[in-house]
Amino acid sequence: MTSPGEQDIQQHRAYLMRYALLQLRNQEVAEDVVQETLLAALQGLAGFSGNSSQRTWLTGILKHKIIDVMRRKAREQPLTINDDESEADAIDAIFSANGHWQQPPANWGDPAKSLEDSKFREMFEICCRVMPERTARAFMMREVMEMSTKEICKELKITQANLWVILHRARLSLRACLEIKWFGTRTN
Amino acid sequence: MLSCKEASVLLSLSQEQPVGWRARAGLRLHLMLCRGCRNFRLQLDMIRAAIRRFRDDDTPR
Repeated sequence: MTSPGEQDIQQHRAYLMRYALLQLRNQEVAEDVVQETLLAALQGLAGFSGNSSQRTWLTGILKHKIIDVMRRKAREQPLTINDDESEADAIDAIFSANGHWQQPPANWGDPAKSLEDSKFREMFEICCRVMPERTARAFMMREVMEMSTKEICKELKITQANLWVILHRARLSLRACLEIKWFGTRTN
Repeated sequence: MLSCKEASVLLSLSQEQPVGWRARAGLRLHLMLCRGCRNFRLQLDMIRAAIRRFRDDDTPR
């Protein structure tokens, strides 16, 4: 395989940007890691195994860069220890004492239609952005980078049980936000 | 009988890994009787689909 030309790589920039933004939630930081990724690719610094596509290759480089940034952030600003308790409390608040939903999830209708809707996308992004930092970091590692729970635990230095609670909390709050912001205001 | 709170944990966990047969059986029974949790399950799938879609979708916005 020949190394990708500059033009090819620029075509992947938009994809890498979306990927980095979902994970890092910061335009400037995302631009930086994408820039670094493209530079590394252009300089052929990262080895390319001929059987994966250019995008897969670039995404692989990007993932490493993103993890580097997150490690740096974690060092500068360690996660507080009482977070676990507040996660559990937040989950408790969603259910009544006997374990029923306070607000049972509604029927969101045809998913395919919603996914096509730019308004849904906008609301989805807003709801992702209001997620607490630590929750979002773990959740996006799982959903955007598609890391295994084992890898995430190792990276974030948390237990499997911690991670399950965080991911569960993330999904509960994301769905609640979407239901209010999108499905609640939709006129059928 | 599982509560909605327990069922929601298992549904979320199913996004990570297969759950055991006992949990699966309890979940199936609960879902038959609980519309809220059925909706929650669909919403989880949709959230996952949405993130991957927004990540991979190349059409300009």
